[in-house]
Amino acid sequence: MAQHVPTPRSERLSAHVREEIDGWLTRYPQDQKQSAVLAALSAVQHEEGYLAKEMMDAVADYLDMPEIAVYEVASFYSMYETKPVGKHTIAVCTNISCMLCGSEEILAHIENKLGIKLGESTADGRFYLKREEECLAACCGAPMMQVNHVYHEHLTPERVDEILDKLE
Amino acid sequence: MSDDLVTIEVNGKSLQARKGAMLIEVTDQADIKVPRFCYHKKLSVAANCRMCLVEVEKAPKPLPACATPVMDGMKVYTHSKLALEAQKGTMEFLLINHPLDCPICDQGGECELQDIAMGYGEDVSRYTDNKRVVKDKDIGPLISTEMTRCIHCTRCVRFGEEIAGIRELGATGRGEHMQIGTYIAKSVDSELSANVIDLCPVGALTAKPSRFEARAWEMIQHASVAPHDAIGSNIYIHTLRGRVVRVVPRDNEALNESWISNRDRFSYEALYSDDRLAAPMIKRNGSWQQTDWDTALNFVAKSLRQHAPQDLGALVAPTTTLEEMYLAQKLMRGLGSNHIDHRLRQSDFSDQDAAPLFPWLGMNIEDLDKQDAVLLAGCNISKEQPIVTHRLRKAVLKGGRVMMVNPRRYETPFELSTQCVNGPQEMIRSLAGIASAVFAYAAVEVPESLATLLKGVTPAENESAIATELAEAGNKAILLGAIAQQHTDFALIRALCSSIAMHTGAVFGYLPEAGNSAGAWLAGVVPHRLPAGQVAENCGAHASALFSKPRKAYIMYGVEAELDCNDPATAQQALNEADFVAVFSPFASEAMRGYADAILPIATYAETSGTYVNAEGGWQSFQGAGQLPGEARPGWKLLRVLGNQLELPGFDYMSSTDVRDELKQQFPADIEFDNSVTLNGGLQMPQATDGLMRISDVPIYAVDNLVRRASALQNTTDAQFIGACVNPQDAVRLGLTNEGAVLVKQQGHMSIMPLTLTDDVPEGCVWMSAGISQTSELAAGFGPVSLQKVVS
Repeated sequence: MAQHVPTPRSERLSAHVREEIDGWLTRYPQDQKQSAVLAALSAVQHEEGYLAKEMMDAVADYLDMPEIAVYEVASFYSMYETKPVGKHTIAVCTNISCMLCGSEEILAHIENKLGIKLGESTADGRFYLKREEECLAACCGAPMMQVNHVYHEHLTPERVDEILDKLE
Repeated sequence: MSDDLVTIEVNGKSLQARKGAMLIEVTDQADIKVPRFCYHKKLSVAANCRMCLVEVEKAPKPLPACATPVMDGMKVYTHSKLALEAQKGTMEFLLINHPLDCPICDQGGECELQDIAMGYGEDVSRYTDNKRVVKDKDIGPLISTEMTRCIHCTRCVRFGEEIAGIRELGATGRGEHMQIGTYIAKSVDSELSANVIDLCPVGALTAKPSRFEARAWEMIQHASVAPHDAIGSNIYIHTLRGRVVRVVPRDNEALNESWISNRDRFSYEALYSDDRLAAPMIKRNGSWQQTDWDTALNFVAKSLRQHAPQDLGALVAPTTTLEEMYLAQKLMRGLGSNHIDHRLRQSDFSDQDAAPLFPWLGMNIEDLDKQDAVLLAGCNISKEQPIVTHRLRKAVLKGGRVMMVNPRRYETPFELSTQCVNGPQEMIRSLAGIASAVFAYAAVEVPESLATLLKGVTPAENESAIATELAEAGNKAILLGAIAQQHTDFALIRALCSSIAMHTGAVFGYLPEAGNSAGAWLAGVVPHRLPAGQVAENCGAHASALFSKPRKAYIMYGVEAELDCNDPATAQQALNEADFVAVFSPFASEAMRGYADAILPIATYAETSGTYVNAEGGWQSFQGAGQLPGEARPGWKLLRVLGNQLELPGFDYMSSTDVRDELKQQFPADIEFDNSVTLNGGLQMPQATDGLMRISDVPIYAVDNLVRRASALQNTTDAQFIGACVNPQDAVRLGLTNEGAVLVKQQGHMSIMPLTLTDDVPEGCVWMSAGISQTSELAAGFGPVSLQKVVS
């Protein structure tokens, strides 16, 4: 693969992120670098916690894409955050199976416990309660939530306390 | 039946269709109405509005006509129960969120959604919940947004990506939250961007300058031709009770297709600028007086008669109509003077006898799309010629290669394969490098005429690459842009480029600056040639000599010397010192009031009948559209009367077409254009000079008296940049480390300019725009200049 010449803006990406993107780039044809945009954004978010405009522009430059095309992708997928959020992301499924099994109660419990509403982060920056997470394909374990990529099933308020209290 | 055709049946009618064509193309051609929003003949198929659903036999569900390829024997029903139900269903969904308040929408009356809702919408909405509301965006001074009205057809997004070549708009968010916009606060800056106004099927994107000015049904549509570039884009001028309200494109596949540049679209605003003149004025004892035409023209005729022919000079703006140009030169020559020119910004006239009949593109405008390799010399293509840029971009997308040789780096909305950036003298060496590489490639001996020039020139790597590209490509062209034509060594550029073209088999052509630069040559508005290219017996003084060797009396026709001339300082000095200056102009600028003795208000292109000749040599005549203010008159009528006042023969025309026809019949019927150049010996490399050299170009919204007064265009990013640009290396050398103000000195003239440091400008050069008030006190666009830090 041709050596990548970073532009001033793409230099905002850390060496680790660039390495990760380069790894993805080897899987796609050279003239279709934009194929790596999802992975690139994930890598950036993993490091930064969210996608700032400057970082999206850096990805755009790195992958030879128009900035707006990166913004489109970042704003389309619910797994990308374009504003700063709390450290731990809590996503409670409120889709049909979970709703029937009491997800609303779980959600209310978390809101009370953390003192935030859906879509908000706690003032200490520890927790972020994600808005309107759709079905996470774990209906057998309803009600469920996802905390930082980990699934927790058969939730009760006590179980929720236990999980959240263990987090730093 | 040919292999490439299939037969389909639409609503029981048998139709022939090209294999692979989409259904909607076929129904459109057969004039069968299928409703649509997202489909546009010039854009890719998105199939996201679902309005064009039709019934296709054997298909289980209705299919979108825009994305369904025709197949032999296909039976289609566009108005069957199934099709209508689908279309009405789509319409009902579109109207859920779209506001139902057409009377307060600017698009009302010419809205595709409104029209189609008349046919496919219900009269009562079943939807009772809250409608979606989307915040409006500020995307610049040209396009107004009302994003709640957007139906997400994505035509504007596809236009940016596919036509303009700059993706500025996008669809962010998804589902209910999807929005069209720029995501960040940003203006949309492409030179063609305002075409999204016409593409938008609803009132989401409308023209900011003409918003809420008039309803579609109140306006009168006049076919016309745009004056600002070499294409002569076809336009419609829309007027309301005689006032020009807006300009929109008129389809012409051979020229502008369905698009016009923002410059052509919004320049009409100038018609109503504050300094528009409504009555003739003459200066008596140093003070201006309004007067009637008889007095004014008598005064002009008398004043001109007082001077010997050799003491007269006339300059004509290259946006003037052919008829006015022809009459202006007829008048000057009737008075016995050949001192007339239109090449206001040219500085090198040494080879003017080698110039072709007119600066011809060398091919039809349409053929630009088909080029495999194009070398642009001295050309800021996207700002000079937006439609040519669009066509070259099409060529690039098909694999064509575009290369540039320029005195500074310029951006293009397509990928350039090479850009050689060198200072003005080095630029000649660079072209010489390409030429010698071409001779080496073709294994031909350097012709004697070029021998001295090419002696000791070794092509750089990128120069050899350009030579090889040109030599090996199929369709190829070398085009000279406005910067080449303003360059102090235009003759050398012409000589080098024409021989590169000759020895690579490329077309050699010109991109004339203005809407009627070509017409000016044909009409004889040059000092060395009469109409139709006849050689003038006593060659007159060219545009530059008319000021450097001042005349006693001048006619300035549509020219604002302080901004339109290559050396505005010298021009203004000559005019100020002249005994008599008559200015024919729609506007009376401050500077003009200073140097003129008579100002005669004339029509702009939008108010007079006339003809423009474009780069391919096409004559396009048009009629006046807007009403003239007060006593202002079409220029050809004034020149006719002035000709009669001066008792010159042959000034009895009944109409502008009489004038045009008189000129036209001087051309042989079977005329063939030819750009070839006969080289004479003695060409030498320009002498290297020490010190800083000024380089310049005319910004897109400073090219003529109209665009300079169009307020919306003046508020664009393109018009806002003012400054002296210097390479950072030079800045260090000169001690100009901080970007601040800098004092520019040029031949004893001075101006204070903001300083910008950029690598786009080569070392040893200072780039400053021409045609703007900040440089109107300086000398020529190219030449020695010095910079001094301003201590604040």
